[in-house]
Amino acid sequence: MTRLLTTSTLALVLALPAVAQTDCAAGKTIEEGVLTIATGNPAYYPWVLNDAPESGEGFEAAVAYALAEEMGFAADQVSWTRTSFDQSIQPGAKDFDVNLQQFSITPERAQVVDFSVPYYTSAMAVLTTGAVVEAGAEPTVASLKGLVWGADANTTAVPMLTDLIAPERQPLLYGDNVDVTAAMQAGQIDAALFDLPTALYLSAVVLNDGVLLGQFPPERSENPDQFGLLMEKGNPLKECVDAALGALKDSGRLAEIEATWLQDATGVPVIE
Amino acid sequence: MAMLQLTGVRKAFGDNVVLDGIDLTVSAGQMVCLIGASGSGKSTLLRCMNLLEPIDDGAILLDGTDISEPGRDPQPVRTRIGMVFQSYNLFPHMTARANVELAPRRVRGQSGAALSDRVAALFARFGLADRMEHYPDQLSGGQQQRVAIIRALAMAPEIMLFDEITSALDPELVGEVLDVLRQLRAEGMTMVLATHEMGFARELADTVCFLDRGRILESGPPARIFETPQEPRTRAFLSRVL
Amino acid sequence: MPTRREIFEARQRRRANLVAAGSTGLVVLAIVVLVPLAPGWEAVQRSFFNGEVFARTFPGLLNAFLMDIAIFAWCAPLIAAAGLLLAIARDLRAPALTPVKLAATAFIDIFRGLPVILVIYLIGFGIPGLGLPRPWNSPYLWGSLALILVYSAYVAEVIRSGIESIHDSQRAAAQSLGLSPRDTMRFVILPQAVRRVVPANMNLFIALQKDVALLSFIGPVEIFRQAGVYKSLLANFTPYVGAALIFLAITIPATRYADHLMSRQKRARS
Repeated sequence: MTRLLTTSTLALVLALPAVAQTDCAAGKTIEEGVLTIATGNPAYYPWVLNDAPESGEGFEAAVAYALAEEMGFAADQVSWTRTSFDQSIQPGAKDFDVNLQQFSITPERAQVVDFSVPYYTSAMAVLTTGAVVEAGAEPTVASLKGLVWGADANTTAVPMLTDLIAPERQPLLYGDNVDVTAAMQAGQIDAALFDLPTALYLSAVVLNDGVLLGQFPPERSENPDQFGLLMEKGNPLKECVDAALGALKDSGRLAEIEATWLQDATGVPVIE
Repeated sequence: MAMLQLTGVRKAFGDNVVLDGIDLTVSAGQMVCLIGASGSGKSTLLRCMNLLEPIDDGAILLDGTDISEPGRDPQPVRTRIGMVFQSYNLFPHMTARANVELAPRRVRGQSGAALSDRVAALFARFGLADRMEHYPDQLSGGQQQRVAIIRALAMAPEIMLFDEITSALDPELVGEVLDVLRQLRAEGMTMVLATHEMGFARELADTVCFLDRGRILESGPPARIFETPQEPRTRAFLSRVL
Repeated sequence: MPTRREIFEARQRRRANLVAAGSTGLVVLAIVVLVPLAPGWEAVQRSFFNGEVFARTFPGLLNAFLMDIAIFAWCAPLIAAAGLLLAIARDLRAPALTPVKLAATAFIDIFRGLPVILVIYLIGFGIPGLGLPRPWNSPYLWGSLALILVYSAYVAEVIRSGIESIHDSQRAAAQSLGLSPRDTMRFVILPQAVRRVVPANMNLFIALQKDVALLSFIGPVEIFRQAGVYKSLLANFTPYVGAALIFLAITIPATRYADHLMSRQKRARS
């Protein structure tokens, strides 16, 4: 029944783009009739291809347009903006309706900002180099303990590193994943923990000789990393976003998008 | 015997000719006083004698050796010629004793009791035995200048140059410094002084030279220079300062 | 029995103190009363001045600060020595040593002209990237070297300004005694110059204490990075406030001491 309703609404929207959004989002966006979505600066593969979210290519870009459509915004009613991580979690008014930037949902963050229901549950993957693998690193916790670890200091990879692996030496932390890979290239760290899509991107595009040694499936960690859309605390749009995401999940559209843009996520061994 | 002999010494700073052909002979044990207005070249002449300033032309002979030869290492010469400055120039971060001992230690390689006894004797000789461990800023101007003299003497120089050494002193302190010079004179030290103390020059100098615009306009025994100056400019200068 | 002037001055002083205390009190009161009235105050308080987060993270921050102190402790003496050598090299007068002098001058110009963070990045990632084996590619090693390079250039310039501030008559006096140029520099000029620039150098070392945090960009988890980790985990900026307090606890007394030295020196010279 719901399905039917949604579909008919969608048909209505498609038929009458000027009428725009469903009732839910009406009057709740920063600019009437426009959904302002924030992403990173720059935004990376595989979340956004070519740093051009307007194309709808890349996992998050595709999710954004599907979500907008579900909420009743046509593609030309979506406006993109860029924010840094710090800007996004600062208290106070936001200049975006929703922020789509691989934000892991944590209760502490949720005290300051609002998160939507998750749109992606990530596995954590171990990024390393061929040289380290040749030197005998294996996808076992015992083997991983002896490596020198690095991570992006702003991610939940930091506590997971301690929980899952508990390395013998203190990890080195960096400001962004470019620096993490620079340190790996310089041989200062052996391995780094990233969410799987990021690790895929880094090993394929950024790192020479990059290898994904293995992954921890979401259920291995106590709190698997779940990505949610970030909104200003108390944003009334949240219920509309959650409803739309629910619909996308129910319809299988979200899984489809994930398969399309994150299909590489297969083929990385699971760490015992 | 001529200990120090200058012939045709010239020195210019850019276009400004400061010494314009100086001929001067200082014999062993003699005291020569340079008088003249400020800027007449007295200080520069002394600095040239000590090779602090290289001369442009002419020659300076010490014991018959040309020490002004361009390219010659000035250091050994300076150890034979002591110099005392108007503003004392003591090293403020060292005690009086350390000021005096530095050069004998580093240049002559002296040390131990031999050096400290000799230095203590010098301090005692000039009435500063109880000021050896003081820092310069704990001493009066007159005491500082006497330490500066002791510092130069500690190198046992053959000749001493004094550059207006009482000019920076309060009037009541001038006497104690002039007394040191009297003492040195009596001991037969060869000395060249640039000075404004006309009474002192008259009393003790063997030769007085009147400098004017980089030349020695007139020189001779003090009695003649002070009583019967030949040059009008000498007369004009003396009438101003006497 | 106080004199008329003493009585007058005591009264003046009392009045001045009253006015100063009154106006300071007013400003503090205004801040304490008005700032919480701002509409965003509660959010700001939760994000920046959260007592619970502070208590939870402060011990970890203190622990991370030990890393800052360690880095500072091994860099500072090396910087002092390198700065002194550079200053001397830059002041060389012997023609045969001109290449050394030119190299020192170029070194000082280059490293004084570059942002510290840039040097840390270039050296901290660049040199190990050439393929050095462990432990010779350590970010601690090369990051410290970057700090040493930059700060020794600063220190060299300060010492050189000290050397130049020593009146030429000191050199003349030393030379007239027959001291070699080398001994003149070592025993007469440098001791005075170095003493004269102690306060300026202290200010440099206070700046160094703060810039140690920049090493976090190439990996080491010192206090700034640790605060950043807490910030990300807890979505709260209070750990930065805690880190700031720890820095201030060191730098304010040090700055005051440098000021004290400076004013004492000024008095001594006047």
